[in-house]
Amino acid sequence: MTVAAGIKTLKIDDRDFSARAQETILDVARQNGIFIPSLCELKGLSEVGACRLCLVEIKGSNRLFPACVTPVEEGMEVTTNSERLQRYRRSILELLFTERNHVCSVCVSNGHCEMQTLAQKLEITHVRFPYRYPKAEVDASHQRFVVDHNRCILCSRCVRVCDEIEGAHTWDLKGRGIHVRVITDLDEPWGSSETCTGCGKCVHVCPTGALFEKGRSVAEMMKRRQFLPYLTLMREDRE
Amino acid sequence: MEETSGRTVVIDPVTRIEGHSKITLKMNDSGRVEDAHFHVTQFRGFEKFCEGRPFYEMPSLMARICGICPVSHLIASAKACDALLAVRIPPTADKLRRIFCLAQVVQSHALSFFYLSSPDLLLGMDADPTETHLFGVLEKNPELARQGIRLRQFGQQIIERLGGKRIHPAWVVPGGVSEPLSVENRDAILAGVPEAQQIAERTLEWFKSVREKFREEIATFGNFPSLFMGIVKPDGGLTFYDGKLRLVGADGKIEADGLDPANYAEYIGEKVESWSYLKSTYYKPKGWLDGMYRVGPLARLNVADRIGTPRADQELAEFHELQRTAVLSSFHYHHARLIEILYCVERLAELLEDSEILSKHVRAFARPNAFEGVGACEAPRGTLFHHYKIDEQGLIRWANLVIATGHNALAMNRSILQVAKHFVIGDKLSRGMLNRVEAVIRAYDPCLSCSTHADGHLTLQVELIGPAGEVLDEIRS
Repeated sequence: MTVAAGIKTLKIDDRDFSARAQETILDVARQNGIFIPSLCELKGLSEVGACRLCLVEIKGSNRLFPACVTPVEEGMEVTTNSERLQRYRRSILELLFTERNHVCSVCVSNGHCEMQTLAQKLEITHVRFPYRYPKAEVDASHQRFVVDHNRCILCSRCVRVCDEIEGAHTWDLKGRGIHVRVITDLDEPWGSSETCTGCGKCVHVCPTGALFEKGRSVAEMMKRRQFLPYLTLMREDRE
Repeated sequence: MEETSGRTVVIDPVTRIEGHSKITLKMNDSGRVEDAHFHVTQFRGFEKFCEGRPFYEMPSLMARICGICPVSHLIASAKACDALLAVRIPPTADKLRRIFCLAQVVQSHALSFFYLSSPDLLLGMDADPTETHLFGVLEKNPELARQGIRLRQFGQQIIERLGGKRIHPAWVVPGGVSEPLSVENRDAILAGVPEAQQIAERTLEWFKSVREKFREEIATFGNFPSLFMGIVKPDGGLTFYDGKLRLVGADGKIEADGLDPANYAEYIGEKVESWSYLKSTYYKPKGWLDGMYRVGPLARLNVADRIGTPRADQELAEFHELQRTAVLSSFHYHHARLIEILYCVERLAELLEDSEILSKHVRAFARPNAFEGVGACEAPRGTLFHHYKIDEQGLIRWANLVIATGHNALAMNRSILQVAKHFVIGDKLSRGMLNRVEAVIRAYDPCLSCSTHADGHLTLQVELIGPAGEVLDEIRS
C-alpha cells in the first residue's frame, strides 16, 4: 500500500502518466520523451530553477511553474508547449543573448553549445531586444582553465558541481540582479584559488563557452558530461 | 549625371575597412586635375576589440576581417600565435597551410580577374556600365565567364576540403592545423588540378591577346616609379607563406633584402591621413612619399628572382620582357595575377604529391612562451602583418595589423591622380573617365566589395571640386 500511496497519476499534454511522488514534472517528461527546454538543469546535480526555460502551465493556475523544481501531484494537468510558453521561452533565451556578449562564430564552444543548440531548436533567428554589450572580464589566471564572463548565463551548474560532486565549493555567485557574477573563492582570481582542485568538472558541465580549457581554439571545446550520472550513482551505492 | 544613375559598380572590398569609398579630385584654376584622394570611409576596430581576448581565439576572430581573404588573415594570425607559443609547427602542418594559402590566392585572384576586372577587359573601358559585370561577360564570352567561375570554385573547394567550410574555416590554429588531410580529399583536389591549370593557361593567352587594346591605359594606370615589396624564399623565389622581405626599386635593383618580417615596424611606417580611415604605409629609410611602395602580384613578380614551377617560370620570363627595369604600370597587376594563379595550381599539386602530406601529426602544443609575436604572409593583395602582445595569462593586450591595401594606399592615390590628369579635362566628368578611375583601383584589387554585395548599393562617389572648394560635378555610382 505504501508504494501505491507514493504513486501519482497526472496528465502531461493530454497524455496520462504515473510517477513517483518525489519526481518533478521535468523528470517525468524526460523519461517519456517529452521535450521541455532547460539550461540550468543537469542530471546528477540538484535543481535550482535558475534559467526559467522549463516553465510549464498547470491547469487551474495562471502562474507558470518551473518543471525542474515542481513535484508531480495527483490529478495534475500539465501543458508543456503552448503558444504562450513558446513565446516566453523565446523571450528568455533572447534576453540571455542580450545580457552578455555571445558571439558564436568565434566561440570555443561554437557547434557544441547548449544555448546555441536550444536557440536553433526554438527557431530563434533574431533577437528583438537591444544588446547590453557589458564590459566583462576574462580570467585566464588558472593554469589549465579560463572563465569568460561574456558567455556566462548564470545557470550555476559550476557552483553546484563543485559543491555537490567535487565537494570543494570553489565557485559561488556574487552580486544582485544584473550584476551577478560567478566567482572563485572570495572573488579572487581563479589561479590563486586555494580550494580549487583543478578537477575540471565545472568546465565540462558549463552549457556554454564560459568555462573552457586553455589552448582550445574556436569550436574546439567539446564538453563531456557522461561522468556525472555515473559519479552520482556510485556515491549513492556507497551510501 | 543622369546616365550614370542606377548603375552598379562592384569594387572588391578593403579588408578591415571594407565598404564605402570615395574619390575626390581637386581642380586648379585652369580646369585641370591637381590632386586626387581615395577615401575609405569606414572604421572596423578589430585591433581594439580583440584586446582582452585569449590569443587562441585570434585566428578565427581576425579571419572575420574579410570574407574574401579570410585564409590570409587566418595564416598571418596563426603565425603570430606560433611566435607566441615559440614552437616550430609540424612539417605537414606547414605544407597544409601552404596549400590553404595557395588555394586562397587562386580563388581570390579568380574573383578579382574574372568577376571584377574582366568586364573592363572584355567589353572595354567605355562600355555601358549597366553591362560591365560578370553577366555581361557571360553574354559576350560565356566560356571566359564559365572558366572564371570554375577556377574560383576550384580554390574555394580546396579551402572547404581542408578547412571544413569555404568562408571563415577555423582549421588553422596556433601550432598548426586542427585536422589532417584525408586520402579522399587529397585525391579529390588533385583530380581538379588539370582543368584548373588549363583554365589558367588559356586565360593568360586570352589576356595577352587583348592587352594591346589598352596601350593608353597601360601608359597611365599607375605607370610611375616606386618601390616594390614582397616576401621571397631564401633563394629569392616566389612564396606566399613564409620568407624574408625584399624591396626593389623602379630600376629593378634590390633596395633591401633579407628583412625579417618580425621587425616590420623598424622599416615600415604607418601614416594616418585626416581624410581616410585607411592608413598609408611607407618604407621608412626613404621617408614619407619617397618611400612609397607597391605590394601584391605586380610587386611579388618584380621582387622574385624566380617562381619555382616550370610553366609559371616561363611566363615570368615573358613578363620581365615587358620592361627591362621593374614592370611599373599597375595595369600589369592583371597579368601578374594570372601568372600567380598558374603558379598556385602547379605548386599546390606538388605539395599534395608530397609523401608527408597525409601525416596525422599536424599540430604542436605549447603554452605561450613569448609575450610578443609577429606573423606575416603574402595575401592575394600583398604583404600582411599581424602583430600581437599578450600578458602572462595569454590575453591579448595590444594588436597591430598592416594590411595589403594599406601598403598600396599611396600608390592607389598616385594612380588615380595619374588617370584623372590624363582623362579628366575641363569641369565635366565623363563616364569613360569614371570607368578608368575605377578600373585603376580594381587593378590593385583592394578589398572594398563585401558591402556592395550586401545590399546592391553603389559605393563609388566621385566629386569634382573647384579651387574655391565648390563641387563642380559629382557622380554617385
